[in-house]
Amino acid sequence: MPSAVELRDITKRFPGVVANDGVRFEAAEGEVHALLGENGAGKSTLSNILTGLYRPDEGEIVLWGEPVSFASPRDALDAGIGMVHQHFRLVPPFTVAENVILGDHRGEGKKFMVHPRRIERNVAELGKRYRIAVDPRARIWQLSLGEQQRVEILKALYRQARILILDEPTAVLTPQEAESLFETLRVMADEGRTVIFISHKLHEVKAVADRVTVLRDGRTIDTVDTGSATPRSLAALMVGREVSLAERVERDGEIGAPVLEVRGLWAHGDRGGDALRGVDLQVRTGEIVAIAGVAGNGQRELAETITGMRAAADGQVVVDGRPLRGGDAREAIRAGIAHVPEDRLHTGVAPSLSIASNVVLKSYRGKQVTRGPLLRLRAIRDHAASLIRRYDVRGGGPELPARQLSGGNLQKVVLAREFHGDPRVLVVASPTRGLDVAAIETVHRYLRDAASSGVGVLLISEDLDEILALADRVAVIYEGAIVGEVDAGATTVEEIGLLMAGGAG
Amino acid sequence: MLVAAGGINNAVLVVVLASAVVYGTPLLYAALGELLAERAGVLNLGVEGMMLVGAVMGFWAVQRTGSLLLAIGVAAVAGGAMALIHAFLVVTLRANQIVSGLALTIFAGAAGLSSYLGNDLNLADQPAKHAFSPFLPRSWRTADVVGPVLLNQSALVYASWVCVALVAVYLSRTRPGLNLRAVGESPAAADAMGINVVAYRYVHTVVGGAFAGVGGACFSLAITPQWVDGLTSGAGWIAIALVIFAFWRPTLCLVGAYFFGAFSGIPFTFQARGILSGVPPELFQSLPYVMTVVVLVLVSSAGARRRLGAPASLGTPYVREER
Repeated sequence: MPSAVELRDITKRFPGVVANDGVRFEAAEGEVHALLGENGAGKSTLSNILTGLYRPDEGEIVLWGEPVSFASPRDALDAGIGMVHQHFRLVPPFTVAENVILGDHRGEGKKFMVHPRRIERNVAELGKRYRIAVDPRARIWQLSLGEQQRVEILKALYRQARILILDEPTAVLTPQEAESLFETLRVMADEGRTVIFISHKLHEVKAVADRVTVLRDGRTIDTVDTGSATPRSLAALMVGREVSLAERVERDGEIGAPVLEVRGLWAHGDRGGDALRGVDLQVRTGEIVAIAGVAGNGQRELAETITGMRAAADGQVVVDGRPLRGGDAREAIRAGIAHVPEDRLHTGVAPSLSIASNVVLKSYRGKQVTRGPLLRLRAIRDHAASLIRRYDVRGGGPELPARQLSGGNLQKVVLAREFHGDPRVLVVASPTRGLDVAAIETVHRYLRDAASSGVGVLLISEDLDEILALADRVAVIYEGAIVGEVDAGATTVEEIGLLMAGGAG
Repeated sequence: MLVAAGGINNAVLVVVLASAVVYGTPLLYAALGELLAERAGVLNLGVEGMMLVGAVMGFWAVQRTGSLLLAIGVAAVAGGAMALIHAFLVVTLRANQIVSGLALTIFAGAAGLSSYLGNDLNLADQPAKHAFSPFLPRSWRTADVVGPVLLNQSALVYASWVCVALVAVYLSRTRPGLNLRAVGESPAAADAMGINVVAYRYVHTVVGGAFAGVGGACFSLAITPQWVDGLTSGAGWIAIALVIFAFWRPTLCLVGAYFFGAFSGIPFTFQARGILSGVPPELFQSLPYVMTVVVLVLVSSAGARRRLGAPASLGTPYVREER
């Protein structure tokens, strides 16, 4: 097959980093080609170069044998490259049809006036043909994330993209929705389009791609046929050494009495409306309970309400039999609730403060930290230094501003602070998102250790592999309510997936 | 009592309505301009300054050339030039939009650039050589009610109606209008679809400033008509509140402008008629500003703005995702 896109020795430098270092990449017409690599391997930079957002410092982009150079995203669009970003580029108050025609300046797009009816008809037909139908008159904010992704794909098809790049497209989908996305991608490839599928999920790459190119540290490591690769061999290419994939590990320690009980919890979302609609939940000492669900079904609000960052509209959070008033983070901390938030850089730490200041953020009233109104700086520094050693935080000493740490080391700082207060309950949200494989292993070990020592762990995650590797029980959240609960040892991805889509019924 | 000696056209309500249209017209131009800029995501608090510069330059042009049309053009260019400074500061240099807008109003407003120009060009106390005045046939202008309210008006009023219609159609029915709204709502989405965010913000900020300049010229070429230092007396601020009041919709701007215009006209009418003469006139004069403050306070929370339909990127510079 002729090659549709070829990147020759692409180099892109940012202050202090070489994001792409002589990357070579080639994808043929009619193939689904996966781009595999850990966070920071250079996948996003490469796709931004291919879509005209960045210009490469060195190297050449060749499309269908012709060298091209893009001055702006418009040039890349005109050259037939479409992109589905991980964070969708949609205008929420606009209709589906308006989003689809946005920026179009060829054919129908040449006309000065907009004719909504005709566009809506075209969009509906396109949706039918590729089995990604969406109501063209619906407004984006009314759609689920899965439907919004369909709009993004429709946008690319409407602009006649012959090369479609998808960045981590399954993060917002249930396993079943992901299956149907893969079918759409296959249809597109069979028409002769090229699909570039960016992912770090190995089984997805195996399922959908014809070939895989692996990036590591900004370099191309290899391109292999998916047929001859195994998840294990791909992981080794991606990380650069043999790794143990997340697998269930039996833990020591006993499961005891309920330590955290959530009873009929309701809470409002940021945009009004009910984000939580009567959540009932129980976590016992020594137990890891996972909350599974598609992003945006109330997970963040649940974590915030339990930890006192958000006031409940109704219902109760009970720790060790004592109900909390709620809406008060300090009360929650006193009751023994520790929180590892989703956004570790902005909610988890104060990014400009030092590691030392960050590790005492929750204990600054204690005697070890303050004397009268003054901080005991030396004691704080020593305390931080000992935590840095114990939790193996790499990248700098106690005085380093937290934002200069890598994601994995930052997460270790947050975990160190939260574990240190001898919590009764640990609420962790997406604890390994964006971390490399080694850091994921470490975080998982800490969470298992916490449970073994008798802490009740509530793990909120969108990563089913992580959930199945860690949890004892899995509760599935959908539109702000728990729609089912399964035993993690006896369930399957399919079963959880059905619940994530709103229940088996 | 309401229908006094000069027939229905002399009734208080009719007089107030007529003055609402007169005083509402500069507000309408300025608000349409502000609306265009805000729809692109640029908050322009320099409207008052741009109106004053437009007023003084328009007056200068009519004294020099005697052409009202040219004077309007000069006022638009002057307002646009001021807005270009704002666009450069907030779009290219990504300065804080509130600071830049306030700075421009202080720089150009009363006791600033507009006063300097007025003094330097010796415009104060000159009678206008030409002014916009009603031009429709006399029999129309004296028709009952619609005569004084709608037909006894200058060309600036009728042109403002055309502008409202054009802006409304532009926003809702044309491709550049669609792109403009996308830039204001989600510049990242617009950028990804190949729309030039910087160009859209520049163009609409500058055109918005031109509208403000014309709004200022309404005072010096039609209402007053002469140059007096600070003659817009806060109309620019009212226009900014008006955009919010109108939920960022041009047709509602028309209604709102005449509503606020009525408040501007009421003190004169009441004073002339001796209505409520026990109440200090300052109380009436302060009404439009009190309304402005109330509207701005009511809608100043982020949540309220979102519900009212403020462009989501209003006030924030666009930076392409960088690392």
